[in-house]
Amino acid sequence: MGNTVLDVKNLLTQYYTNGGVIKAVDDVSFSIPKGQTVCLVGESGCGKSAVAMSIMGLIDGGSGGIKNGEILFEGKDLLKLKKHELRQLRGNDISMIFQEPMTSLNPVLTIGGQIMEPLMEHELISKKEAKKRALELIELVGIGRAEEIFNSYPHQLSGGMLQRIMIAIALACSPNLLIADEPTTALDVTIQAQILDLLRSLKEQRDMSMLLITHDLGVVAEVADYVIVMYAGKVIEEGPVVELFKNPKHPYTKGLLKAKPVINQRQEELYTIAGQVPNLATLTPSCYFSERCEQCMAICKEQMPKINDLDNGQRVACWLYEEVTTV
Amino acid sequence: MTNEAPLIEVKNLKKYFGEKGGLFQRNVSVVKAVDDVSFQIHRGETFGLVGESGSGKSTIGKSILRLQSITEGEVLFDGKDVHKLSNAEMRNLRPKIQFIFQDPYSSLNPRIRVGDAIGEALLDHGLCEKHEVASKVKEVLEICGLSEYHMNRYPHEFSGGQRQRIGIARAIILQPEFIVADEPVSALDVSIQAQIINLFSKLQRDRNITFLFISHDLSVVEHLCSRIGVLYLGTMMELGSREQLYSNPLHPYTKALLSAVPIPDPTLKRERIILKGDIPNPANPPSGCKFHTRCPFATERCKVEVPEFKEVESGRFVACHLV
Ligand SMILES: Nc1ncnc2c1ncn2[C@@H]1O[C@H](COP(=O)(O)OP(=O)(O)OP(=O)(O)O)[C@@H](O)[C@H]1O
Ligand SMILES: Nc1ncnc2c1ncn2[C@@H]1O[C@H](COP(=O)(O)OP(=O)(O)O)[C@@H](O)[C@H]1O
Ligand code: SF4
Ligand code: SF4
Ligand SMILES: [Mg+2]
Ligand SMILES: [Mg+2]
Repeated sequence: MGNTVLDVKNLLTQYYTNGGVIKAVDDVSFSIPKGQTVCLVGESGCGKSAVAMSIMGLIDGGSGGIKNGEILFEGKDLLKLKKHELRQLRGNDISMIFQEPMTSLNPVLTIGGQIMEPLMEHELISKKEAKKRALELIELVGIGRAEEIFNSYPHQLSGGMLQRIMIAIALACSPNLLIADEPTTALDVTIQAQILDLLRSLKEQRDMSMLLITHDLGVVAEVADYVIVMYAGKVIEEGPVVELFKNPKHPYTKGLLKAKPVINQRQEELYTIAGQVPNLATLTPSCYFSERCEQCMAICKEQMPKINDLDNGQRVACWLYEEVTTV
Repeated sequence: MTNEAPLIEVKNLKKYFGEKGGLFQRNVSVVKAVDDVSFQIHRGETFGLVGESGSGKSTIGKSILRLQSITEGEVLFDGKDVHKLSNAEMRNLRPKIQFIFQDPYSSLNPRIRVGDAIGEALLDHGLCEKHEVASKVKEVLEICGLSEYHMNRYPHEFSGGQRQRIGIARAIILQPEFIVADEPVSALDVSIQAQIINLFSKLQRDRNITFLFISHDLSVVEHLCSRIGVLYLGTMMELGSREQLYSNPLHPYTKALLSAVPIPDPTLKRERIILKGDIPNPANPPSGCKFHTRCPFATERCKVEVPEFKEVESGRFVACHLV
């Protein structure tokens, strides 16, 4: 599959919590074609960040681990790589941007130093060359005043600027895959619009693939080519962005789209999904959404539906669609 | 709106904070968190305040409820100047004016059962007898979508949405006339957010409470508020009815804010106004119109002359030289 950058197969990632072992990522499979943006969307705690951390090899062995699956990046299984091989890939071929830029930058190093670091580590270029590239990157992410920014420290910059710096660092070694975990959630809408615009244009200029994690369906509609909806550690629906928004299939996806207030489409009452997300430590063999689903049937309480292909390119895990796929 | 006197009148409100800066915390500069803001809230309406972080929304909310002192101006509640009331008068007013926080967890004592936390204010204010508390708590829990058995649980046993219900229950049990809700749904997931928004709609309908609803989310504000004020760096840029603001925004900042909100429709092609640059440092706001450093329409005049906050049509105010 020369056209696939990332192929995640049957990923199972567990965390050890006070309540017991939980499957933060439970048999998740998806792939990212070259040059495409795949959005992972779902509510808090459904396992989005756990997917990203698994791909990056950043699950801390003391609190959890990957128990099953393959993560093929350009054909290589990341789970079989040695530590130093993985480190070589990280920040080079695959980069990640985190939700809180402040916590992932070193407060006592200059911005310039932090952009130069991966360049010098991975590209083996001179300090002078690295500085030139760092200044270009600062310009690229639209800050301007590159020299001044180069010499400043994280606390001297705003949240929006820091997020741009994180993007600059992530792009330093021209990665083929950029993983962005809620890159705009902590930012104001006007700054969010700037960052999304930047990510979109960078992706086009560089033919880069992107895994963008968000809980905001508005952001998904703006940037995604393909959407994956997660619920309680499982992928419950996925599909090309236009189809998925036009014709969502899973009752949870439908509910999410209806429950969100949308500007200039005011309704007297919002649709609500009753109840709340289940506790991952006490799941039973059933559709995990069954407690909240208006269309729940007897079988939903007994057996977890598998994810199946529909004929329009969408995939859904719901008993309502089981016959469709056998046609 | 109505000819009736407004419940809340904010007149030329200013709140300045002395901000310590620099390496040794000695260079003191002043942050004008709220800088000459005026508006009214009518009885029974929900007034929305929107703006980016640091624009002064929470500071206005806290100033109205006298949870902090003010630098200048007046806040009238039912005609009385809140910041001039004596301690005894303030104690009488307290139960009538309530605050709902973004994160109710931080305002709940982890060692006190939720039922007691909700009921204690009733006793503190001497609003009912001890033996009546439990039934009143049960009643508000039900209104807020919780159950009687929740009374004996501790805050950490609740989800974010449930804690927000507890925060709301605690505010409404006192039968307040006025509630400031500061980003009450911002920390919640979509499916839970919709439940809490509907709870606010229900309270508006059934209880005739007047609300100041603070949020940076323009779609939530459109849903719940009948009139809205748009803040930027402590200054009101535009104020009008929901219909006026959302279907025909006049101020360039309102336009930019609205156009920045992502809409969940991938087929929609919109003309976007993408603002350049960041929100300026509030300790050193731009001269003239505070928005001029990011405004796509700024002229020389905007850099020097502060635009007047003027009424451009009935009930609608805009601070911009172009309008
Ligand atoms: N280090 C950890 N130790 C134990 N449990 C964890 C850890 N990190 C995450 N979890 C649990 O794993 C599940 C998935 O968490 P994850 O962070 O992936 O969610 P998420 O979808 O990214 O949520 P959010 O939108 O809040 O960021 C949750 O139940 C969470 O509580
Ligand atoms: N207690 C305080 N001390 C000093 N500065 C404050 C304090 N509270 C708020 N500010 C400042 O006042 C401005 C407005 O803050 P705030 O009202 O919290 O904004 P918003 O709620 O719109 O995000 C900000 O610049 C903020 O840093
Ligand atoms: S499988 Fe059943 S319970 Fe689950 S979403 Fe489908 S209809 Fe609802
Ligand atoms: S006064 Fe000038 S800078 Fe301010 S909003 Fe109007 S046009 Fe823009
Ligand atoms: Mg996360
Ligand atoms: Mg605030």
